[in-house]
Amino acid sequence: MQDMTVPAPATALQPGVTAPDFTLPATPDQALSLSEMKGHPVILAFYPADWSPVCGDEMSLLNAVLPEFHKMGAQLVGISTDGVWCHAAFAAERKLHFPLLADFEPKGETARRYGVYRPVEGVADRALFVIDAQGVIRWSYVSPLGINPGADGILEALDKLAAHPRAEGAAA
Amino acid sequence: MTRLIPPLAGDDHVAGPATAAVTLVEYGDYQCPYCGEAYPELKVVQRAMGHGLRFVFRNFPLVEVHAHAMRAAQFAEAAAEAGRFWEAHDLLYENQDALDDQSLLAYGQHLGLDRALLMAAFEGRHDDKIQRDFLGGVRGGVNGTPSLFINGLLYEGPRDAANLVVILRQAASVRA
Repeated sequence: MQDMTVPAPATALQPGVTAPDFTLPATPDQALSLSEMKGHPVILAFYPADWSPVCGDEMSLLNAVLPEFHKMGAQLVGISTDGVWCHAAFAAERKLHFPLLADFEPKGETARRYGVYRPVEGVADRALFVIDAQGVIRWSYVSPLGINPGADGILEALDKLAAHPRAEGAAA
Repeated sequence: MTRLIPPLAGDDHVAGPATAAVTLVEYGDYQCPYCGEAYPELKVVQRAMGHGLRFVFRNFPLVEVHAHAMRAAQFAEAAAEAGRFWEAHDLLYENQDALDDQSLLAYGQHLGLDRALLMAAFEGRHDDKIQRDFLGGVRGGVNGTPSLFINGLLYEGPRDAANLVVILRQAASVRA
C-alpha cells in the first residue's frame, strides 16, 4: 500500500494517518522500533545524508533544541539512508544526544513508507513528522532538500499536541 | 511556519536609534565561521546606513558544535553588564580563532572588565538570557547562524554589504 514507486516529489503521509511502525538499527548492535516509543510524542526527522557542512546543519540544530523537546515530553530520532557506522561517526563528531536510525537495508524502505523517499537521488527527503503518544501523525512537513527547516514547526506542533492531546482533531 | 521573533526587549543589545526606519536583528554564534564572515559586512552596512538602522544582536550558540560558543556568549553578556557589549562583541568576532577561556580572560582585562563579573557569567549568571535568545530564535525560524531578520521578517538572501544595504534601504522606504 505504501510502496511509493512514483518519482519525486514524494507524497508525505499526512496528519490523521497512523504512523507506520518500523524497526531500524540505531547502533551497530541495537535496533529501535517506533512502537517502543509509544506513550510519548515522537519527532521523526528524515534527512538526506550525514555530514552536511553548514553552521547549524539540521541535526546539530535539532540537537541544540533537544532539551526543549524533552521538556515537552517528546522523543526525537533522525533517519537517513546512511549506514550505522557512518551515523556513529557523525553522531560522535556532532555530539548528538538522540538516535540516528539507518534506513539502509532495504534501502530507504522506511522513508518510502512515509512517502518521503527520493528514488532519483536515492535518499530521504528533508521531512519532519510529529507523532502523538497514540502513534498518529499530527503534523508533517517536507522541506526543499537544500533548506534546513529549523525547529519552529515542530515546536508549534508539540504546543498544539499539548493543548489538544487527543487525536480527534488531528486532520487539518 | 511562523517566522516571528520576540519583539525588542530591555535586555537586547541594540546599536542605533529607536527612531531608525529599519531594524536588523542578527542571531549569531561567536564561534561560527559564517558569522565571522558576516561580521565585517554588517559593520559596513551599519556605517552605510548610519542613523537609519537599528542593529540588534541575539545569542544563538550551537554549544555542541562550537566548544567555545557558550563561554563567548557569557563573556559578551558580562561585558554588557559593564556597558561594553559592542566592544566585546567586536573583539570576539575579530579573534574567532582564540576563544578559549584564557583568551577570554585576557580580552576581559583588555576591556577593563571586573574579573568577578566574568567569573559570575562563566558560572551561568546570564544563561537564562542566552537560552531565551536561543529559543526565541528557534521559534521564529532561525535554522542556523547567522540568521538575519529585517523588521522582524526572516531574511534569506545574500549577506554581503552591498546587497544588504539595498535590501535595508528598500525596507526603510516601505516603512517611511
